[in-house]
Parts: sequence; C-alpha cells; structure tokens
Amino acid sequence: MQRQINKNGELQHLLTIEGLSSAMLHHILDTAESFVGVTEREVKKVPLLRGKAIFNLFFEPSTRTRTTFEIAAKRLSADVINLNISASSQSKGETLLDTVNNLSAMHADMFIVRHAQSGAAHLIANHVAPEIHVINAGDGRHAHPTQALLDMYTIRHFKRDFHELRVAIVGDIMHSRVARSQIHALTTLGVPEVRVIAPKTLLPKGVEHLGVHPYHDMSKGLKDVDVLLMLRLQNERMQGALLPSAQEYFKYYGLTPEKLALAKPDAIVMHPGPMNRGIEIDSAVADGPQSVILPQVTFGIAVRMAVMSILAGS
Amino acid sequence: MELPQTRDVLEKLAKDIRIDLSDDAILVGIHTGGAWLAEELHRMLSLSTPLGMLDISFYRDDFERIGLHPEVKPSDIPFDVDGADILLVDDVLYTGRTVRAAINEIFDYGRPARIRLAVLVDRGGRELPIEARFTGIKLDLDENRMIDLLRNETGGLELRLRVGN
Repeated sequence: MQRQINKNGELQHLLTIEGLSSAMLHHILDTAESFVGVTEREVKKVPLLRGKAIFNLFFEPSTRTRTTFEIAAKRLSADVINLNISASSQSKGETLLDTVNNLSAMHADMFIVRHAQSGAAHLIANHVAPEIHVINAGDGRHAHPTQALLDMYTIRHFKRDFHELRVAIVGDIMHSRVARSQIHALTTLGVPEVRVIAPKTLLPKGVEHLGVHPYHDMSKGLKDVDVLLMLRLQNERMQGALLPSAQEYFKYYGLTPEKLALAKPDAIVMHPGPMNRGIEIDSAVADGPQSVILPQVTFGIAVRMAVMSILAGS
Repeated sequence: MELPQTRDVLEKLAKDIRIDLSDDAILVGIHTGGAWLAEELHRMLSLSTPLGMLDISFYRDDFERIGLHPEVKPSDIPFDVDGADILLVDDVLYTGRTVRAAINEIFDYGRPARIRLAVLVDRGGRELPIEARFTGIKLDLDENRMIDLLRNETGGLELRLRVGN
C-alpha cells in the first residue's frame, strides 16, 4: 500500500482522505484560502509551478473535474497535457503502467488520475519515481479526495466551525467515491453528527462503522441539519434493479423546497455536479438562495491549486 | 552588539517617510514583520489611504528547495494598483530576494506609477540590485546572526537579535 505521507511528514501524493490528520486537512484549506485571492486578480496566475509538466490522465470521461484541474495547473503556471486514455492507447492494448512509463519518459512531474477501477491511482503512485507526484481525481467507488476537500472548504467558508454541525449526505452512498471521501473528511475535522440518507438498496451494510448515522427517510434525516451534501444519481443505477424509477426516487429522495424546509433555516445545499434536475434535486432548490453549488466550483480551483503546490513542494 | 530602542528606530523611519510621502501614497506591508510595521507606520503617519498586505509565498525563488511556506496568508490589496504610488514596507532588508518577489506580485495586480521601499533595518548582504528609499537603521551583521521583528500581546514592536538561520 502506497503511503501518501513521506518520511518528513509531508504530503507526497493525494490518494485518499483516509488517514490524513485534521491539521493536514486544515493546512490544505488554509493554503487554498490564499489562492482564492489570486483567482480574483487581474493576472490570475502565480509562477509557483513554472516549468512543471502536469498530466491529466483521465481513463473515465469527466468534464468538470478535468477542467478545474487544468485551470488550477495553468494558474500555477504549469504546463498541462490532457489525455483521455479511453480514446487512445488503452484501445490499442497498452497497459496502465506502460502508459505511465511513457509519460514519465516525457519528464512528467505530476499525474492527475481518474479511473473506473478502485486503486488505480495507488498503483501508479507505487510505480513512479520518487520525484513524481500523483493526485487521485476519482478511482472507482473508492475515493475522490479533492472533491471532498473542496466540499470541506465550502462548509468552512459558510459555517466557519466544524464542531457544531449536523451534516447529511443524501443519495447513492453505496456507489459513491465522493460520499466515502466526504465521510472521512467530516469525521476527521470533528463534525459531531454525520448522517447518510438513502434507500436501503443504495446504502452499504455496516456504514455506521464509518461513524455515520444511517436514515432511510428524508423527513427524519433532514431534521435540523446545517449542511446537505447531495450526490449525483448515476443513470445506470436507474436502469438496474436497485431503484424502481427516476420519478419514484424523486418523490422520496429528491430535494424539494418542502423537504429542505425540514433542515435549519440557514442550511446550505451542496452538489458535486453534474446535477440531475428533477431526480436528486429540484430546480427551485438548485437555483435557490440556500444553494452554494456554484461557489463550490469556484473554490474547487483554489483547493486544487493548494493540493498541487503542497505536493510539488514536498 | 547593542540594539538601539525599537521605538527610536521607528520614530526615525516615520520622520523620514513623512517628509517625502505624497498624499495618495499607499503602504503595502510584506507578511509578517513588514505587515506589522506597515500597520504601525500607517497609524504613526495618520494616513487615510488603504493599507495593503502581501504574502509572497507564491513568488519565492526557493520553492524548489524548501517547498511551500507552511503558513501562507492571503494577500490583501484593497485598492487599484494601476497608477498607484506604492510604498512597500518590510522589517529587514537582507538579500533583496523577498522584495524582488513582492515587486513581481504587485505587477500581477496591475501597473503601479511607482514603487518605493521602506525598511526598519538594512543589514547588508544584498544578492540583488535593490535598495531602500527609507531606512530606520543600518546594521552590519555577521552571516550567522538573525534579526527579527516581534510583536507582543499589546501590539508593541520589538527588534530581536539572535544566532542561527
């Protein structure tokens, strides 16, 4: 198992939130706060990673995550190379590590990896030379650490302190790498009550061992929460046997203004995108005053700039 | 070596600046000591112009060797840099590398009319062609000596001399 912390206690790779200390998470969020100002200036760039080559290795389609990593790297003055591997060498039969070897020979300094298989980023991190850094941009059902970090940044921005909060994660917990990373981040940062709300078929058995409280009913689960983390319902789940239909899901688990009214009046609503309007979230909520979905996207760039510069400097 | 009273050095620096400061000049302090000093000078000179703060961590030339500073603070430039008359403020001028980084950062906010530099202590040892327009005191210090500006609980500033890097 690749250790993402090096022998000096610095972050060498970012593969998962699990095992990172609260101090390390706050260090990343504090650094991101300094980058937010940079992105509001006339020149939205700093020279920190000038001359570095960063490869976006996306084995699974993604527009938003890939774009925000690309913008973040460019704002740090790095050179970014985007590779959508599903469309190129994989179809010619090249293995994952062959691809990485080839790119390393092109003097890559950092790999940002998105892959449908859990553990793909770990495999690459184990394989590369010690001066190369790896960021997991989502691996299978396992982890999506930068998404969880930008969610934590957004919560800290709007709610200041983690220690008084009641947070609910709503949706397909079973298949969600975002939910897994969020749960580790929230519990590490000291959120006293993390709830997960989902139909029985989308809630993994034993989820309470992660320190969360499972609910199947929105009217109970949303009561008095401060933060709602909505998850995207993947289309393929609706075609399988796990759910009766999209309409049925929306009726019971879709976030409508009526359901949101059960939470605290100043509760914030978050979603990692892309949203399925009318399935997991009603447009009146997505575009409503309690939604902080667009600030999430903006903060996501600063958070990814922070992670890249902390890794490159270790 | 005896350090003079920090208060006396501050008074001298403020006096020199007052004589030559334009009405629209804006003080910009470099984190951390320079930011404290800029706040103090802003008060001593009774300025009504905004006060800026720079954290130059993203512009340092030693990132490759030592990585990101563990406590980066946001920069705060609450004015339009285009055409501004900026007085950059730092506690100690040594190699000049910090000032170089600060000037680069300012230019990413816009094109100032002028940047001048005020420092509490000039300790020599320059590695870049940078000089201060206003200097509180010049000290000739050995390489192994460090001088820092400290701020106590009541906000008072105090120069401290120590051995080490």
